[in-house]
Amino acid sequence: MLWTNIFAGFGGQGVLLIGQLLAYAGMYEGKNVSWLPSYGPEMRGGTASCSVVVSDEPVASPCVNMADCVIVMNRPSLDKFEKNVLPGGKLFINSSIIDKKAARTDIDVYYVPCNEIADKLNNPKVANMAMLGAYLEATHAAETKSVLDALLYKLGERKAHLIPLNEQAITMGAESVRK
Amino acid sequence: MAKKLMKGCEAIAEAAIQAGCRFFFGYPITPQNDIPEYMSARMPKVGGCFLQAESEVAAINMVYGAAAAGARVMTSSSSPGISLKQEGMSYIAGAELPCVVCNMVRGGPGLGSIQPSQGDYFQATRGGGHGDYHPIVLAPASVQEAVDLMQSAFDLADIYRTPVMLLADGIIGQMMEPVEFPENPVRRELPAKPWATTGWAPGSDRPRAVVNSLYIEVDELQEMNDRLQARYKEIKEKEVLVEKYNTDGAELIICAYGTVARICKSAIKLCAAQGVKVGLVRPITVWPFPEKELAEVMAQDSVKRELTVEISAGQMHEDVRLVINGAKPVDFYGRPGSYVPTAEEIFEYIMKTREA
Repeated sequence: MLWTNIFAGFGGQGVLLIGQLLAYAGMYEGKNVSWLPSYGPEMRGGTASCSVVVSDEPVASPCVNMADCVIVMNRPSLDKFEKNVLPGGKLFINSSIIDKKAARTDIDVYYVPCNEIADKLNNPKVANMAMLGAYLEATHAAETKSVLDALLYKLGERKAHLIPLNEQAITMGAESVRK
Repeated sequence: MAKKLMKGCEAIAEAAIQAGCRFFFGYPITPQNDIPEYMSARMPKVGGCFLQAESEVAAINMVYGAAAAGARVMTSSSSPGISLKQEGMSYIAGAELPCVVCNMVRGGPGLGSIQPSQGDYFQATRGGGHGDYHPIVLAPASVQEAVDLMQSAFDLADIYRTPVMLLADGIIGQMMEPVEFPENPVRRELPAKPWATTGWAPGSDRPRAVVNSLYIEVDELQEMNDRLQARYKEIKEKEVLVEKYNTDGAELIICAYGTVARICKSAIKLCAAQGVKVGLVRPITVWPFPEKELAEVMAQDSVKRELTVEISAGQMHEDVRLVINGAKPVDFYGRPGSYVPTAEEIFEYIMKTREA
């Protein structure tokens, strides 16, 4: 099992976090993982991204160029990374704020209404978790439980009450791509 | 002990503390700021000293002082900052003192970029400062390996009374990977430090310790240099570390270090899918360079040629060429600056040059 992924979006949309949660979850399940953020001269309001690898084998390159899965939370990320999906790979588009369809026809495309799901839950901050839910449903790269364990570790006991809300967002994101 | 997902810089800092480092002197520069940040929080808790100096020059001279007093001490910086530390490193080498220096290499020359690079290979492996000296140079390719090497770096420094450099690229520093800190790490047998300036008074049972790198008499300077060269010879014999991957029966051998070596592994898998057998020799110590090991791999009948891949204009490639010495064709792929080659590009280059 090998999943190479690129998560991308505006700074503040939580793309680095959902990438990290996937890496933690993979590690908890005994997989080899790596998480590499794009760092450098990024500007406020610009695009943030990270490469995440989850693998049974030791991770060869942590730098992902052509990815099994590309997850885009905003339009500039779609424009930048659509070409980086491997043929036969998966592209996850936040359809709430990206008004464009994918041009590629050799890949599976999932349209996830992340912000609408978050609005239904009255918390705009969980749009990223809805996207992660869709990703987990389509790939089974990690179990939802492991992701929630990772989230609890990141949030700490003091914010543990936020877990059910995030779990709901993951569930609704998963439902949105269920065939 | 359970694995933790840690950023390279933080894991390196923690590894240093667990290896007994109690003094850290540094000055901020991207992409290694997470090391001093972590040190500033952790050092006071273990009774150590974290100090942000007024400059890199000051920081390395504080390292010089702490090392002279027998402490386990380190500094870290990134390329332009490491250039500033070279005078101090030469003095520390000349004074035969142990210390650890971490270079989280970024693009150059000049202020360059803050992105990963391998352009400091010459500076690191040739000594960098003035005079005939080498630090031992360790080049990790993963966060776990950075942890393991950081721990042995302090032992190597003590055993050979020399600066040891951890030469990592910005990716190693910024990436998160699972790490395990050994509960009972294997420690080398360490020599006593009778040379340390720990305080002397008349009647002391040892002679006065004087730390110095000035030998104004030609013969005395010769003696010091002979001692250094004898140590370097011993280091070359005993301390080479190298990873060989897929080398048996390969038609092409890639030589690469650090993160680039891992990208090459992905390229090697792409080649294998096309039925092309490519192997990798990854120096873990880039000084001492794994001369014998590379020569042995290259001597196989199956091996037709070599390809060095680096984020530089071909610095390590010079060491590779010295080893292969015309016996088989060598080639270089890479660019100076901060352009990180992709696995697909390396794969395509291999396939293209194969047919040519």
